[in-house]
Amino acid sequence: MAISKEEVQHVAHLARLEFSEEDLERFTRELSGILEYMAKLSEVDTSGVEPTYNALRLENRFREDQVQASFPPEEILSNAPEREGSSFVVPRVIRS
Amino acid sequence: MEHRSLLEWRESLRRREISARELVEYYLERIRRLDPKIKAYLTVCEEEARRQAQEADRRLSAGEDLPLLGVPLAIKDNICTRGVRTTCASRILENFVPPYDATVIERLKAAGAILLGKTNLDEFAMGSSTENSAFFPTRNPWDTERVPGGSSGGSAAAVAADLCAGALGSDTGGSIRQPASFCGVVGFKPTYGRVSRYGLVAFASSLDQIGPLTRTVADTALLLQVIGGPDERDTTSWPEPQPDYLAELEKPLSPLRLGIPKEAFGEGLSSEVRRVLEEALREAEKLGHEIREVSLPHLEYALPAYYIIAPAEASSNLARYDGVKYGFRAQGRDLIDMYKKTRSRGFGAEVKRRIMLGTYALSAGYYEAFYRKASQVRTLIIRDFEEAFRQADLILMPASPTPAFRLGEKTDDPLKMYLSDIYTIPVNMAGLPGLSLPVGFTENRLPVNLQIIGPQLADALVLAFGRALEAALALDLKPPLE
Amino acid sequence: MEFEAVIGLEVHTQLLTESKIFCGCSARFGAEPNHHACPVCTGMPGSLPVLNRRVVDFALRLALAVGARINPVCVFARKHYFYPDLPKNYQISQYEAPLAEGGAIEIEVDGKRKKIGLVRIHMEEDAGKLVHDEARPVSYVDFNRTGVPLLEIVSQPDIRSPEEAVAYLKKLRTIVRYLGICDGNMEEGSLRCDANVSVRPKGSEEFGVKVELKNMNSFRHVERALRYEIKRQIGLLLEGKPVVQETRLFDEATGTTHSMRGKEEAHDYRYFPDPDLVPVRIDEAWIERVRAELPELPDVKRERFMREYGLPAYDAEILTASRPLAEFFEECVKLFPQPKKVSNWLMTEVLRELNREGKEIDETGLKPEHVAELLKLVDEGVISITAAKKIFPEVYATGADPRKLVEERGLRQESDEAALEAVCREVLSENPAEVEKYKAGKKGVIGFFVGQVMRKTRGKANPKLVNQILTRLLEE
Repeated sequence: MAISKEEVQHVAHLARLEFSEEDLERFTRELSGILEYMAKLSEVDTSGVEPTYNALRLENRFREDQVQASFPPEEILSNAPEREGSSFVVPRVIRS
Repeated sequence: MEHRSLLEWRESLRRREISARELVEYYLERIRRLDPKIKAYLTVCEEEARRQAQEADRRLSAGEDLPLLGVPLAIKDNICTRGVRTTCASRILENFVPPYDATVIERLKAAGAILLGKTNLDEFAMGSSTENSAFFPTRNPWDTERVPGGSSGGSAAAVAADLCAGALGSDTGGSIRQPASFCGVVGFKPTYGRVSRYGLVAFASSLDQIGPLTRTVADTALLLQVIGGPDERDTTSWPEPQPDYLAELEKPLSPLRLGIPKEAFGEGLSSEVRRVLEEALREAEKLGHEIREVSLPHLEYALPAYYIIAPAEASSNLARYDGVKYGFRAQGRDLIDMYKKTRSRGFGAEVKRRIMLGTYALSAGYYEAFYRKASQVRTLIIRDFEEAFRQADLILMPASPTPAFRLGEKTDDPLKMYLSDIYTIPVNMAGLPGLSLPVGFTENRLPVNLQIIGPQLADALVLAFGRALEAALALDLKPPLE
Repeated sequence: MEFEAVIGLEVHTQLLTESKIFCGCSARFGAEPNHHACPVCTGMPGSLPVLNRRVVDFALRLALAVGARINPVCVFARKHYFYPDLPKNYQISQYEAPLAEGGAIEIEVDGKRKKIGLVRIHMEEDAGKLVHDEARPVSYVDFNRTGVPLLEIVSQPDIRSPEEAVAYLKKLRTIVRYLGICDGNMEEGSLRCDANVSVRPKGSEEFGVKVELKNMNSFRHVERALRYEIKRQIGLLLEGKPVVQETRLFDEATGTTHSMRGKEEAHDYRYFPDPDLVPVRIDEAWIERVRAELPELPDVKRERFMREYGLPAYDAEILTASRPLAEFFEECVKLFPQPKKVSNWLMTEVLRELNREGKEIDETGLKPEHVAELLKLVDEGVISITAAKKIFPEVYATGADPRKLVEERGLRQESDEAALEAVCREVLSENPAEVEKYKAGKKGVIGFFVGQVMRKTRGKANPKLVNQILTRLLEE
């Protein structure tokens, strides 16, 4: 179950990561190896088996619709790489 | 004075044989002297610990009785501590200071505990040796050329080297139990949902749990009592209150059926580890318990299933690290460029590897074959355990296939590293409680732990049996540090 | 060749809960940037979502109102894409197991009734706000809106014209306002609409290429955008050119749609069930609890108004367009049991004031007692209808008691027969020529006499009574 370099590039873009050519080669090799190991799973017969997404099988956990005090804006912004007033600042999305 | 248990320190504090301030100074001095060799800590909260100790002394004098008043603890650096840098051993959060405490931290503070500092880990808890920390690796106090295990390597080493009275770690695929084994300390992953995940920086949400690392089982029981229990901020937390663990430990243990999965003692297990574990099993029998063989037929599939589910959830949980709201931000031509440079420079290689794996597993065309399939295999693993627990009260397995390996020994092949977790991963997949208990040493004096696993919510039983075996073995667990 | 349009609408409604869907921050609009924020809605490390029960209640109300099939278990899923207004870079939404599927909304266009089918209704969280700077190449991010609860309502592609689309939106808006779950304001963004539109030869069963339309901020925008887009697509096909599947934005300045410039990425949302949230199981008991609290729905109320009050469809439609107005109407009728008169008054005088101020009737101080009182005064002949219309704005604005106003302003009509008869005789004797005209058959002259009596009494005479007296005198 090997993965191609193009697929790796596409996945990298989806995950907003970029790689040097060298790293891309290495990643492609490593991921291919890992994925081949994962292919073991196809040996298992899972027909009719419900997937488990949570081991505890809890249901219906809620909170009531009550307003709780928000955090002071200063604390929300305390780790902001760039801010102006009480807003976060980010570079524009430039459409090519 | 060294290597006292947490409960012994607590007793001394209550009797005023030692003040909280003296105890903090004791640990700060040891950290100053020994941590340069071990490098367990990322952040030491010297001033704050002293201030908290002063406050603790005032309350102790006033006769206040809190479960952990004056006890200095170390916290793995992926647990949010208000006002104290929480880095997850990653450059992307190198200067992140959370404006809030994790629920477990709130509970420790309410119990009077003192925060000594934040310990090293594999970046974002992804790894089995703490070599993936973006800052530096931690060393094993038993042999500083070897790794302490991971990802809670810092916490395990700090406990083993007596650089704290106890510590918290987190466990997603073995990250408490395996380093506990490498460092010869007690490590416990509670039943999933026993301890709130609010404030634990998420790696794989359906697998993560916070748990204690301590020198004795009773210490672990006390820490679990304080940090565990329902939390309305975490809807995956178990809604029922906890039993009184320490009280349960006092009760006499009836003879138990101890299940040994035949699939877990096959090849892949080092002969040294096998020898030590078999010795431990004989001790267990001497205590009046019955050893019997059970089967976990899908055990070999737990690892590949985990390495789809965990990275998938991780790729999603780590999407938020983008330089917009907190953490490292790289300069970029535009938004997308900023995202890519920030994440590519901010994350280390293993984290990126898992994000890539996870993104791939969830992407269009692959979801069914990977994530859904792995989640179905998870059901089969849960069923295997349920069946095994019909024939046994507890299941015993190795905590790790090998003792602590050398630094750099497994870093060239990720798959080799992943195989360190073959015995611990199935326990996370099924959400079961797992105790890692020191039971012996290899020829060259490296610790070996036994893993004790119980059915869901049987944390008290697991701890009780662990404590009985611990007492019977009465090991000397002081590493040859000084 | 005749073409028909095939339109499906995707509507998002912001719910009127006090707090956000996954945290306790206020969901109210209008605060300074990032003043309604916490670690959960800003996606800080270690934060976890906790579901607001009322969001499910509101969603169930809508599902029941449109007759949708409620799934016994529904699950939240993560929808992944990177954007600064999405702090976790995934939106918590629903995918494989939404709250409800199916159902329909009935509309009426040109007297014809039609059911527009629904595909699904699901719950999700809103994103934040991004404001672009004009001068610098930066944007400002505000997370106040992040985590405000939304319902996404997807229709079947059953809509065939811009008029039907607007009727659908208006009906949906009325329903959510009736249910008290959303205030349905497109201009303010509490109700948003995207459209999927294609065209095909009339009678064909196959679907044409679908174009997604965005950036429509009012019913009018939706209508204009659809109209333009349908024409554009037909034009292309008539020229033998293909319609490109794409997303287009409505430009209100030109009334046209244009393609979103730049590389259009097909999104791979990588949906999977959110492991931080547990499934929601909705049992019969819960559904019945919600059903019991449902108000009478607009269509049912309209039919009942026609039946019970004998109102024409036109009146019933207007009165039931707003639940507070409908309830106000019924309260008035209890106090003054002449439904048509009440209806007339509400549709003219009251709605004029409400529209002028852009208010709902329950946002004013006007009470059913006021209207009932006014109508009684007219009915009793104490004041003329003209006088009533004159004092109503003041009653509306100040909540003054109409009876008191009538006394204070001396607006009482003269209804004393003897007194009026005297004035009538006076007028008749002063205008013998007109009397002759009347007797000769020109009955319309009576209006002149009434006018004269009104002048002599300075508008105080009860015109109906005057008319009766004059007629009697003239017939003698």
